[in-house]
Amino acid sequence: MSWIINLSRREFCKSGALLGGGLVLGIHLPAGLAAAQEAKTAAPIIPNAFIRIAPDDTVTIIINKSEMGQGVYTSLPMLVAEELEADWQKIRIEPAPVDPVYNHTQWGGIMGTGGSTSVRSSWEQLSKAGAAARIMLEQAAAAVWNVDAQSCRAENGFVVHSDGKRRLSFGALAEKAAQLAVPQDVAVKQAKDFKVLGTVKKRLDTPEKTNGKALFALDVMVPGMLTAVVARPPVFGGTVVSVDDTAARKVAGVKDVVRIDRGVAVVADHFPAAERGRQALNIVWDEGALAGLDSSIQLQQYRETAATPGAVAAQRGDFTAGLARAAQKIEAEYHLPYLAHAPMEPLNCVADVRPDGCEIWVGTQLQTTDRNAAAAITGLPPEKVILHTTYLGGGFGRRAVGDSHFVSEAVQISKAVQAPVKVIWTREDDIRGGYYRPAALHALVAGLGADGMPVAMRHRIVSQSIVKGTPFEGGLMKNGIDDTAVEGASDSPYAVADFLAEYHMAPAGVPVLWWRSVGHSHTAFVKESFIDELAHAARQDPYEYRRKLLAGHPRLLAVLDRAARKASWGKASVPGAFQGIAVHESFGSFIAQVAEVSVDKKGGVKVHRVVCTIWANHL
Amino acid sequence: MISLNINNKNYQVEVEADVPLLWVIREHVQLTGTKFGCGIGECGACTVQIDGEAMPSCQITAKEAEGRKITTIEGLGEGHPVQLAWIEEDVPQCGYCQSGQILQAVSLLAANPRPTDADIDAAMNGNTCRCGTYPRIRRAIHRAAGKPGQGGKP
Repeated sequence: MSWIINLSRREFCKSGALLGGGLVLGIHLPAGLAAAQEAKTAAPIIPNAFIRIAPDDTVTIIINKSEMGQGVYTSLPMLVAEELEADWQKIRIEPAPVDPVYNHTQWGGIMGTGGSTSVRSSWEQLSKAGAAARIMLEQAAAAVWNVDAQSCRAENGFVVHSDGKRRLSFGALAEKAAQLAVPQDVAVKQAKDFKVLGTVKKRLDTPEKTNGKALFALDVMVPGMLTAVVARPPVFGGTVVSVDDTAARKVAGVKDVVRIDRGVAVVADHFPAAERGRQALNIVWDEGALAGLDSSIQLQQYRETAATPGAVAAQRGDFTAGLARAAQKIEAEYHLPYLAHAPMEPLNCVADVRPDGCEIWVGTQLQTTDRNAAAAITGLPPEKVILHTTYLGGGFGRRAVGDSHFVSEAVQISKAVQAPVKVIWTREDDIRGGYYRPAALHALVAGLGADGMPVAMRHRIVSQSIVKGTPFEGGLMKNGIDDTAVEGASDSPYAVADFLAEYHMAPAGVPVLWWRSVGHSHTAFVKESFIDELAHAARQDPYEYRRKLLAGHPRLLAVLDRAARKASWGKASVPGAFQGIAVHESFGSFIAQVAEVSVDKKGGVKVHRVVCTIWANHL
Repeated sequence: MISLNINNKNYQVEVEADVPLLWVIREHVQLTGTKFGCGIGECGACTVQIDGEAMPSCQITAKEAEGRKITTIEGLGEGHPVQLAWIEEDVPQCGYCQSGQILQAVSLLAANPRPTDADIDAAMNGNTCRCGTYPRIRRAIHRAAGKPGQGGKP
């Protein structure tokens, strides 16, 4: 992916991501692909929007998911290669352009990456794409040899005939195969027949991530490009009252100072000049409604809220009656802070707005949303906005923003200065820039029976909603419950007869966003910490205590038992260390951990060892 | 005008003397394998070698780097034993910090051809990986240890 650097735009368009293409299984050919294919008649060919086979036998898999370290540039090709019977050494990858054919299969009309869904949501789609392409190659070989297609079988990048004498490479067959009708209802393998899936493949992106060639958006250089930094309000929701940019404009290298909706942009020929220009700005801010926001006051408000009933997220039996019958009552409160994603690559975006079109280079998790935001700002039709997905230097959810702010800034500035612009966020911009994991207050009450086991439990959560007021509200918010705030708590697997989970949506203000495991990042901690409190109160072993409450959850039990066994539960390997155990399910994966921790005389905590077991199999 | 020797090549760059070397490497010389992470020498993403010693390029000015031998990830080429060990152990995830990790590891091995886990942890402490590839980094350094040519000079 190093081709962007220092290419002229013309060269770029010739060599860019939009070359070649082929047919789509029952769907239209992406406009970009069709145009590019027309322009380059020698374009390699084959069966669908996800696979291209070139005469030199390389098999290019077009990836509609963003590679941010989670391995989609390897795992998704594995799905295709399994069914295609491709030679793994010939596999190449290419990031997909924005087109409906590349939409997320579960997200209703947008292309994007997140929610631990990439492999799960692509499995059937890519398996079937691979299988269809393989069938077409086999049919093409049958036609060449004038034999029955049943006697032709793909293996390791070739189609071989059952006579054992004839074989043709995928590359030799690709052009012929592309003329065939795409089979619509293809069978895929049973797990027992897998050759690729379930094996360990080296990541396809490793070599270029060890020699400096992997291209992140921050590395994109477009001819004539300027670099911008943005002075954003010191308080979330603040606005600019006035700007004195006299000194900023005098900084060597500063080309322009531009007001945009989120602040004031300083545009320069290089980053250091832009940053110096920003420091020289004199801005009067209206700090807005959140000027007095204070973490301690917010915590107090959350506590007061938590003392009142919230919206019911989950209910079994009758908590109040159950608690009244309990022999012992345990209460606990947990306060979780706002957390920044802090990806290693600070946010950035390159935009080139021209009268006739717009090009964007960005490490994003929501391509369609960002593309559409650019279309709205420029007034261009969406198809005139070309978005190139680069590698992401970490995402963790920070690059999946419904308001497209870090793309919109670049588009606005480029439009204003009529030149390609790269907006760079400094680390300080990133950390204080908001879009945090929401702070949360959890208030829990449980009643234990005479045997020490919980008979009633109430889990109340106060936090801002991540999805309220965003394009995702419709899908993720029901009856006043933000599912991302209660996931992992409302669906607690522990067998407590009288159970109640409640949610209070805290007032909006600080921008919040999905952060890594989203709700589970706080609910798993609280759920597991509290069950430990109950075990402690009951004077029972926390591992055995959990086991008793997890009947009917074989996978959770399996990982819990294995972690306990592998960690020699009850016998810390480090003298003076203590063991702790936890188990949780999120996003279809089941995980247990045993940590060995010691506490020194000053209260300092040292983690010596963590044994982790996970059930992440094909379900 | 400042002259810099980067990867055994001389560059004349029109840049103010106090601009951090990082930005000269990235924006003027356009070697973008060296990454910006924090700008204050805390994360190690911008690590380069200066006269064989790994250091964060955001903490040295262009002027200070003049006349010294600067090696970036591009200067290692593609077949350096540390790079090969990185590939063998499949170290990178997002990959953003890895140029700095690799150059730091090359310097470590030049000074200490057989580092222990503790030596590795101490030497690599200034290089943050948000993906948490540390156990694989350790394995890769052990793998590269003792191989010919793993020294500080590519």
